[in-house]
Amino acid sequence: MFGLAKLFISTVCFLLCVCVSTYASERQFYLGKIATPEEVLGWDIDVRPDGLGAPVGSGNAINGEEIYAEVCAGCHGDFGEGMDRWPELVGGEDTLDTHDPLKTTGSYWPYASTMYDYIYRAMPFGMSQSLTVDETYQIVAFILNMNDIIDEDFVLSNKNIGKIEMPNRDGFLLPDPRPDIDVFSGTPCMSDCDVPITIIGKARDIDVTPED
Amino acid sequence: MVKKREIVKGINRRRLLGGATALGSLAMTSKVFSQVKANRDNLPPNLPEWTPDLGPGVDVNPYGTPSIFEENVIRRNVPWLTASAESSVNFTPLQDLEGIITPNGLCFERHHGGVPEINPADYRLMINGLVDREMIFTLDDLKRFPQTNKFYFLECAANGGMEWKGSQLNGCQFTFGMVHNVQYTGVKLSDLLSETGLKPKAKWVLAEGSDTSGMTRSIPIEKILEDCLIVWAMNGEALRAEQGYPVRLVVPGWEGNMWVKWIRRLEFGDKPYMTREETSKYTDLLSNGKARMFTWVMEAKSVVTSPSPEKPILQKGVHQIRGLAWSGRGKIKRVDVSIDGGKNWKTSKLHGPVFSKSLSRFTFPLNWNGEELLIQSRAIDETGYVQPHIHELQKVRGLNSIYHNNSIATWLVNKNGKVENVRLG
Ligand code: HEC
Repeated sequence: MFGLAKLFISTVCFLLCVCVSTYASERQFYLGKIATPEEVLGWDIDVRPDGLGAPVGSGNAINGEEIYAEVCAGCHGDFGEGMDRWPELVGGEDTLDTHDPLKTTGSYWPYASTMYDYIYRAMPFGMSQSLTVDETYQIVAFILNMNDIIDEDFVLSNKNIGKIEMPNRDGFLLPDPRPDIDVFSGTPCMSDCDVPITIIGKARDIDVTPED
Repeated sequence: MVKKREIVKGINRRRLLGGATALGSLAMTSKVFSQVKANRDNLPPNLPEWTPDLGPGVDVNPYGTPSIFEENVIRRNVPWLTASAESSVNFTPLQDLEGIITPNGLCFERHHGGVPEINPADYRLMINGLVDREMIFTLDDLKRFPQTNKFYFLECAANGGMEWKGSQLNGCQFTFGMVHNVQYTGVKLSDLLSETGLKPKAKWVLAEGSDTSGMTRSIPIEKILEDCLIVWAMNGEALRAEQGYPVRLVVPGWEGNMWVKWIRRLEFGDKPYMTREETSKYTDLLSNGKARMFTWVMEAKSVVTSPSPEKPILQKGVHQIRGLAWSGRGKIKRVDVSIDGGKNWKTSKLHGPVFSKSLSRFTFPLNWNGEELLIQSRAIDETGYVQPHIHELQKVRGLNSIYHNNSIATWLVNKNGKVENVRLG
């Protein structure tokens, strides 16, 4: 960074009482060691929505089907429908505004990058970070294809994972609007408050509480 | 002389009774304790059975554990909630605790791939991305930084999530127990960053765990510099394995999922990473099908821990209503208590210490004459925020939310003193 700009930034920081040392390029304590590029490469596995961090590789759904069946289908089902209580990966379109929304990679996830990132880092459950780069692209392509987002011969790669258009891409609202209810209205009511006091439900009647 | 030998024999007999037999009697004792009245033989004017004998010596229990009579005070889970116990949650028994500190062994657990076993000698924290120097720290390095000691609550954003649509779980533990409060020892992230330097473009941090779930969350840089900590101790001792041993992230006042355990890496970037935990999960689906994202702060909340479904009222007369209150925006200013379902409120006694973003303890005297009560508590924090009713939350957020239910709960005290979780409407 240019000297002047730096001076400006640290002055602003100082004025705002933000920790100036954060921007200092001089070390204060001389603790820790410099990481080598190889060390960083080995651990830096995240993939961002724009594709930053996606490792070089590729795969399509046709090739993904077999490996998915082998390592994923046992829990998530041959068609991503979810076996027993394991999560569904497919379906749920047009359910998000109903009383029974089904959030899946297809219906809910805004970015395909998150599928690569998560599947590589966390799946198969209990054997994480064991897939190869190409296997991961193949499996992501297969799940995207099951969700009708890409064709079965579409070659998913580090070059295009940041460009896949997910159906629910615009389904998220920012920033956090809370407090989103009128809770600062002066002193809260202390007596004779206008609140409903009829019992309309009892947990005991639902009877799902575990007992010792 | 004879007497002395008998005493020695007494100790030996106790020792021999160790192992299986002792375990068997332990289980029985606690049942006896919770279900049966006191043993008259131990009451005045009689000599209690424990008085004449010597008890276990200092070499018997090198790491102390609670009295066997407290064996009901444990974390509990709800097996039907999740497909696997490795990616699941258990709950703090708030109804049995006093003061504001949660004992380490009772802090609720939430993890996504079980608890990893990490030799601290193998522990490394990597800081990479938009920093002047990409660096690696050992646990020993971290402990050589200037340290800080702070009390903070940690609440899972899904605490009370099962209660969005109506009362479901009949217990204080199951409806409020995804919160705990301990004193952390660690280093300020801002101090750590003085070693790595920070590029002006750095706006977001990806915090990444080293467990099998590789837990990841994006955190804005302002929060990181404001009060986030890298910690290795809780309540004076090393972190418990299930709480991130040897090192975890502390993100005061914000949802527990962000407090990455077993943390191995902090990456600085100019944009959020949109990890699975902040897209698929920890987003708040509204009734129009759109979902709020990045809803981090835990808003003010309180709970009456006793009486509660687990703590019935056993006798008429004087009792102390006890409870906890907390806010992710700062200190608790006041807690009001109602015994008639929220029609009338009185201000409770707030006990010190009252720390920012920490549990606070309140009590309120109750004189019970056997009538039905609808007990509620309502927290107000230093920003003036007042804990809401569930109807207010539902009106704005609909019924499909899972996270951030900080509404007022109602305990119905029946005429027989039994207490249950009910919904008013
Ligand atoms: C042993 C069972 C099991 C196997 C095998 C398995 N998973 Fe999973 N999967 C899970 C569980 C459990 C979760 C939820 C984990 C959590 O939330 O902590 C999950 C979550 C997921 C999710 C996120 C779902 C969501 O909506 O957030 C995706 C995507 C996924 N798995 C893909 C895969 C893929 C791809 C494979 C094969 C490479 C695979 N899984 C293998 C059990 C399994």
